[in-house]
Amino acid sequence: MTNPISDIEGADFILAIGTNTTETHPIIGLKVKKAVRHGATLVVVDPRETEVARLAHRHLRLRPGTDIALLNALAHVIIEEGLYNREFVESRTEGFEDLKEVVARYTPEYAAEITGIDAATIREVARGYAKAQNATILYTMGVTQHICGTHNVFAIANLAMLCGHIGKPYSGVNPLRGQNNVQGACDMGALPNVLTGYQSVVSEEVRRKFAVAWGVEALPEKPGLTVGEMIEAAGRGEIRAMYIMGENPVLSDPDAEHVVHALEKLDFLVVQDIFLTETARLADVVLPAASFAEKDGTFTNTERRVQRVRKAIEPVGQAKPDWEIICLVATAMGYPMSYGSPAEIMAEIARLTPSYGGISYERLEKGSLVWPCPAPDHPGTPRLHVEKFARGLGKFHPVEYVPPHEQPDAEYPLVLNTGRRLHHYHTGTMTMRTGALEKHYNQEYLEINPADAARLGIADGERVRVVSRRGQVEVTARVTEVVPPGMVFTSFHFPEVAINKLTNPVRDPVAKIPELKVCAVRVEKIA
Amino acid sequence: MPNVTLTIDGRQVTVPAGTTVLEAAREAGIFIPTLCHDPLLPGWGACRLCVVEIPGMRNLPASCVTPVAEGMVVYTASEAVIEARRTIIDLLLSNHPMDCLTCEKNGDCRLQDYAFLYGVRQPSFKGEKKNYPLDDSNPYIVRDLNKCILCGRCVRTCQAVPERAVIDFGYRGFNTKVVTAMDTPLGDSSCVYCGRCVAVCPVGALTYKPLAGKGRTWEVEKRPVTCTFCESGCAFDLVVKNGRVIGVMAKEPGPGRPLCLKGRLGLELLYVEEPLKPMLKKDGQFVPVSWAEALGLESILDRMKKVEGKEGR
Amino acid sequence: MAEVTLTIDGRQVTVPAGSTILEAARAAGVFIPTLCHDPELSLWGGCRLCVVEVPGMRNLPAACVTPAAEGMVVYTASPAVIEARKTILQLLLANHPMDCLTCGRNGDCRLQDYAYMYGVRQAGFAGERHQYPLEEDNPFIVRDLNKCILCGKCVRACAEIQGNYVVDFAYRGFNTKIAPAMDTTLAGSNCVFCGNCVAVCPVGALQEKHLRSAVRTWEVKKVRTVCPYCGTGCTIELNVKDGRVVGVTSTDGEVNGRALCAKGRFGYGFIHHPERLTRPLIKKNGVFEEATWEEAVSLVAEKLAAVKREYGPDAVGVLASARCTNEENYLLSKFARAVLGTNNIDHCARL
Ligand code: SF4
Ligand code: SF4
Ligand code: SF4
Ligand code: SF4
Ligand code: SF4
Ligand code: FES
Repeated sequence: MTNPISDIEGADFILAIGTNTTETHPIIGLKVKKAVRHGATLVVVDPRETEVARLAHRHLRLRPGTDIALLNALAHVIIEEGLYNREFVESRTEGFEDLKEVVARYTPEYAAEITGIDAATIREVARGYAKAQNATILYTMGVTQHICGTHNVFAIANLAMLCGHIGKPYSGVNPLRGQNNVQGACDMGALPNVLTGYQSVVSEEVRRKFAVAWGVEALPEKPGLTVGEMIEAAGRGEIRAMYIMGENPVLSDPDAEHVVHALEKLDFLVVQDIFLTETARLADVVLPAASFAEKDGTFTNTERRVQRVRKAIEPVGQAKPDWEIICLVATAMGYPMSYGSPAEIMAEIARLTPSYGGISYERLEKGSLVWPCPAPDHPGTPRLHVEKFARGLGKFHPVEYVPPHEQPDAEYPLVLNTGRRLHHYHTGTMTMRTGALEKHYNQEYLEINPADAARLGIADGERVRVVSRRGQVEVTARVTEVVPPGMVFTSFHFPEVAINKLTNPVRDPVAKIPELKVCAVRVEKIA
Repeated sequence: MPNVTLTIDGRQVTVPAGTTVLEAAREAGIFIPTLCHDPLLPGWGACRLCVVEIPGMRNLPASCVTPVAEGMVVYTASEAVIEARRTIIDLLLSNHPMDCLTCEKNGDCRLQDYAFLYGVRQPSFKGEKKNYPLDDSNPYIVRDLNKCILCGRCVRTCQAVPERAVIDFGYRGFNTKVVTAMDTPLGDSSCVYCGRCVAVCPVGALTYKPLAGKGRTWEVEKRPVTCTFCESGCAFDLVVKNGRVIGVMAKEPGPGRPLCLKGRLGLELLYVEEPLKPMLKKDGQFVPVSWAEALGLESILDRMKKVEGKEGR
Repeated sequence: MAEVTLTIDGRQVTVPAGSTILEAARAAGVFIPTLCHDPELSLWGGCRLCVVEVPGMRNLPAACVTPAAEGMVVYTASPAVIEARKTILQLLLANHPMDCLTCGRNGDCRLQDYAYMYGVRQAGFAGERHQYPLEEDNPFIVRDLNKCILCGKCVRACAEIQGNYVVDFAYRGFNTKIAPAMDTTLAGSNCVFCGNCVAVCPVGALQEKHLRSAVRTWEVKKVRTVCPYCGTGCTIELNVKDGRVVGVTSTDGEVNGRALCAKGRFGYGFIHHPERLTRPLIKKNGVFEEATWEEAVSLVAEKLAAVKREYGPDAVGVLASARCTNEENYLLSKFARAVLGTNNIDHCARL
């Protein structure tokens, strides 16, 4: 996020794209609701009629995967009507002419054909966004989990820069991260191409710094594989062993049957987790890890806020915190690794990571810190890009609309969209075992529009089979207007509705994010 | 002494012969609730909360007075046991004032603990309630006999110091109560306000007056101190709230340790930030006296010798 | 901003104009009891426990809704004030079940605190009592309306914090109660079980189901930490007794204040779930067998080293976790790069 969560309350125009905020980020959802109560205009872009969509002044139910057409049309109107922020564009950005040229084609009428949203509404929203004092954009995986995910994000950034709605309080571009420490895992270099703080593995200088600190000759310079690429390489026999810590790709990754296949092919799989997950079952060795309540550490939230996790109880049974386990394995492999506590690890991180340079447990005891926090006396940076962009001038990246990879056809006439529910989390490993949440929301449904249901002869509560080119699951139908005609929706929380058996692993070429939000399916009534 | 081996809740436990089932269970870390039992005093077996199930025995025996036997099998939490305990608590509550709201013992009360533990929310019998006036006839101990569960711990601990024996059971049946010699208020009795009885009372029937209204049990912390005024070395607790010592209370009396008022007052003077002025009884009236008078070393020893009848006890 | 100076219990206090007497008193460290007031919620002035004496004003004004004025003289604990507070408490208790014995809020209840503080032992008036059935038909929240003091904080929290407007005042007079539309139970309403009403209830009318029936308030140790679910990073307090997490409460979180969602507040049960892995497992002939840490770790080290030797470091892939700590992700990255010698490390950030 470019801005702190608390800034949302102060916005007077909120454009929420592909985010079911009140269900996936409930507390951020509260800030949105509060802003609306205080008079902010809320525009929600989502094919589904979610709770936050019902609160919105305008709900744009676009066809899945057509975001770029919409965003470009908004930019088109803003340029055409001269509503953009000239001063900001001139002094802080570059590439405006390129953008102007590309979006020229995206008239509201043209976008209306693609997105299904009428041109007048597009104009109205464009004007509202451009004229707002403080306009903020929120988005989540509804934007990124597409083959054009990276381009979607560029299109959003273009819009914000065009209007200068960035780098100031209450305005900004705010992706909301799904899992509690995705931000931190990225910051820590749990990515194939960067070390901590996004320092590139390609840089000789960076590698040397880390090699010296870590006491090794050299570090590998070729960027590694992403999750999906690793799974594919495993399937081809190129990856022969995997070490998986606290992830459950069998349920969370697209085309689950292929994932199982690939993991089974490995010579050796070690999984470190708190439960025997669907992935752990495939392992050769399973190492019992401590839960968040059983260890000290830090999490970094979606607004880059680093906060202390505190040990409340001893690990259950013989479980050990993941950091201790990693030290044991490293040491057994001839690389002695030992730390007295996570505080020592953070001290090492701070030494090697400019954006975390000023962060220490001592300071965190007094309160959280928002990175970049380069020095022990630096207060942290809740708002990014205030004076200038990280790269100097903000660059417009004009992008073109491309349709989703898999289009509905005669055999698979419906679009399957996947997401999350308020009372559950991720693959359900934790929320299915709380003694409360799973009692309350105890069964997953497939949302299907009454028109489609009628055509297929499906009544509310009936069992159906959902089939894609890759797999099938059985689930109970919920006939509801929440989804538009032609679309069905469910979550990936319930192991018994392993919807990722169906989803399409085709990825965005840049960010390598799979297109989980759109795939073609058919729905059959189970006799 | 020979050992016997018995099975408690499926676990083998070996203890010396003559041990009670309760002691054997505690030895093995198995919880059995008690109200009238006092580890320092001979078995009593009156409240029956400690009942257990021993196949072959008639009824449910009270574990605090039942000796172990070789090969004995004991269930401490069988359905029948839990049911019996619920009934006992229910009966106790049926003539108990539901007064935890402001009770000084709230948060450190065995009756309350067990009611919560066994889920007895409200008494199912609407028993006749007692209506004794509050006895706050003296500056040190408040007696609220409406809250008394007649476990007799105060009586037995007071009698454990020869010649004190200030209180005993009086009357019968529903009217049974703990009384002083002539059923006078404590202030008019031969009570020496040592606070032994307050230290052992499991409920809020006996509380320490100087601390009344000063803090709830969960707000205070107790720090043990040993009195050095005489060689008995009695144990007391400093009562600390928000880092300030607000009072001193007798800790559970040790075997033969007399505890005494002067020891406690001396500790109050030493530790309490704003000690209340000491009060002593003169001509049947409590009057404030100087600390010097309250604590004069000679008079402490004299008085103690007289009360105890022996030296160096 | 303009300031006003007033005198509270003989002390001069200067506060921004527009502050209430309550705010001024708190700024000066002078205690005034409150039941219906909450700094995060809109002003209400319903319970009147916060009354103070201001010479020149008729009656005793409620400090929480009365603005401080220049030169004002305030007495927060005059005999008239204390008397008024005692009467209010007596009236509340007259219609309150004397249930602290087993009440889940015993030890952390404002009504109880103030009854003790003002020495109101028993209700002076034996009032008519409500006999509402206990509402426990959902897995999260127990509602005992017999204990409700009608402070309205839950109504305001649901509307102003949660934005859901589930509960409101219903009926009148003695029959006034807090209820969802149509007087259904929460389970029958559109309540999302965030528990934000529970977090503000000053008494035991709204309680966290499992937490309050498991422990007494004075037995728990509270450990401030971060919610393990979404990326918002709400602050939670783990309630611990005897080495077990028995519940979650909310506190003054930097991101979330006291608000949480149902996952954060009620999703802790997995910690002690019987299916937790408690010993290392090694698969032998397709079946998992329990192993010691030494066995498991040396097997992992041996196998990873063998693959690395035979097929090169890039034949090993490592997945880190968006649910592990920064320190752990850092170490796994260090492990992949410095020990295994590969950049094949990623996590499910994209999902
Ligand atoms: S003695 Fe115990 S049960 Fe009785 S009122 Fe006092 S705290 Fe409550
Ligand atoms: S709500 Fe408070 S006063 Fe009422 S029974 Fe519970 S603890 Fe006692
Ligand atoms: S739990 Fe949340 S939604 Fe339900 S009544 Fe309380 S505040 Fe409202
Ligand atoms: S339920 Fe609690 S918060 Fe709501 S009105 Fe009653 S006492 Fe107040
Ligand atoms: S309490 Fe809810 S909103 Fe807050 S971090 Fe946890 S899951 Fe997210
Ligand atoms: S706190 Fe002021 S009226 Fe309730």
